Parts: sequence; C-alpha cells; structure tokens
Amino acid sequence: MFNTISRSQLYVLDQDAALAFYRDTLGMQVAADVDLGFMRWLTVCVPGDPAHEILLEKPGPPSMDEHTATQVRELLTKGAAGGSLFLTTDDARATFETLRARGVEMTDEPTERPYGIDFGARDPFGNAIRIGQMFSTGS
Amino acid sequence: MPWSPTEDSNRRMLRARDAMDRDFARPLDVASLAALACVAESTFIRSFRATFGETPHRYLQRRRIERAMHLLRTTDTTVTDVCMACGFSSLGTFSRTFHAIVGSSPSEFRGQGAPPDVPTCFVRAWTRPSSFGEAPAASVP
Repeated sequence: MFNTISRSQLYVLDQDAALAFYRDTLGMQVAADVDLGFMRWLTVCVPGDPAHEILLEKPGPPSMDEHTATQVRELLTKGAAGGSLFLTTDDARATFETLRARGVEMTDEPTERPYGIDFGARDPFGNAIRIGQMFSTGS
Repeated sequence: MPWSPTEDSNRRMLRARDAMDRDFARPLDVASLAALACVAESTFIRSFRATFGETPHRYLQRRRIERAMHLLRTTDTTVTDVCMACGFSSLGTFSRTFHAIVGSSPSEFRGQGAPPDVPTCFVRAWTRPSSFGEAPAASVP
C-alpha cells in the first residue's frame, strides 16, 4: 500500500536558528526553503538521501491558535513535544566527537546496545536526536 | 520572535535533566545542575518541579531504578554490582527502594527477561517507574 515515509516533521521555535543547526552544525542539506506566503516551507535531508525530508515547522497561527502554539512551544522546550529524529552513521564514536566539537548539546555518549552503537543529542529547541551505528538494517 | 521566559526556563531545566540522565550514578549535585541551568541554587529545585512535575531527587531516583531494571534484565551483573553501578551506596537502600517502586525484589524482577531492542531513548522513558500516581512513591525511603 505504501512505498516510503517521504517527509516527517519537527516543531522548531525559530526557522533561521533551525537552519543554522540542521544545515551548518549537523551537516544536513536544505531540500526546500520556500516562502509560501502563509508559511515558510523549510525542509532538510541527509546529503545523498533526498527522498526523506524533515519539515522544520514553526508552530503558530493560522495553523493553530496562539494559545495552542504557546502550549506547543512550552512542551517543545521541555522535551515533551514528541519530536524525535533518528539518524544513522557508519561510525558513531567519530560522529559523536565531530558533533561535540561543533558544540552540539549531547545527552549521552556512544554506547553499545543490542542493536548498535548510539548516542543522543538535542537540537536548540529541545527535540531529541538519536544517532546510531546500527548492527543491521531495519532496527 | 524571542523565547518567552517559560520557554527559556524550560530549555535550561531540560539541559539540567539531560545532565542527570547522563550522570545518573553520581550523587545529586544541585549546585552544578543549577549552574548548568543558569539559575540560583535556591530556585533550581522549585523550577525543576514546576517544569517536570517532580523534584530532581525523585527524578534521579526513578532514573537510577530504570537503569537498575535494565541491567537486571539484560546482563548477568550481580545485584550488588547493579546497585553500585546505579549510584546507590547501600545494598539495603537499593533493595528497599527498588521493591517500593517496582513491587518486587531485584532478583525477582530479573526473571522477566530482556526487553525488545528498540531505541534506547524510548526504553529509558517508558520503563522508568512512574512518579505520577501509579507507583507507591510515598513509601519510597
């Protein structure tokens, strides 16, 4: 019935800051950055993997009322908005050191798990990012 | 749009909570956590509780018990070594706390076997004993 998950979405508080983090710090690539008038359509993807885009969306009217947007922003900044990103890498420990040197906020260090070696980080807004060197695909 | 005071405070408290998650085996260091969150030591506990609904001490306790549950289910590490690895200095305190929160002894709990291999952040969040009414928190020493 389905082919793939083509786009997923994260809430961010500021799209310029999100762009700086996801493109300049994490090294992702901008897939789309378009002013639609009613919203800024900003998506990023892993270089070489344009089929999977992440929409970096700013909560606010008219998509949601101001009160709801305030709630979303407050949940986001306390790490409870539900946004999580799972990335894979060929070398978790090297990636960890690279990102730490770039000032990324790490939540835990590379650790061997049954499914691979992974570590955690946060984006500037509170979204969780998990980066893993997986032992096999499909985990 | 600048961040509201609540958003800014939330993000700083989250930074402190992440540090507790990372360094769960170390003693609770309110001064360091307050510094990390850029707040006065005297207001850290109140702000943390206002943000996450529980005190830093209670959060750390749940985090440690979650790690103990994980180690018991996934390794052959002795109960004493699990106790030490999770930041408890006394086996008696660990056993009493574990039983009060989980409802069984560490040895009994070990018999449940390993959890499924899903990303660690979800296992951590969802196997953590509750602090919001389901668990007998009042009986925890």
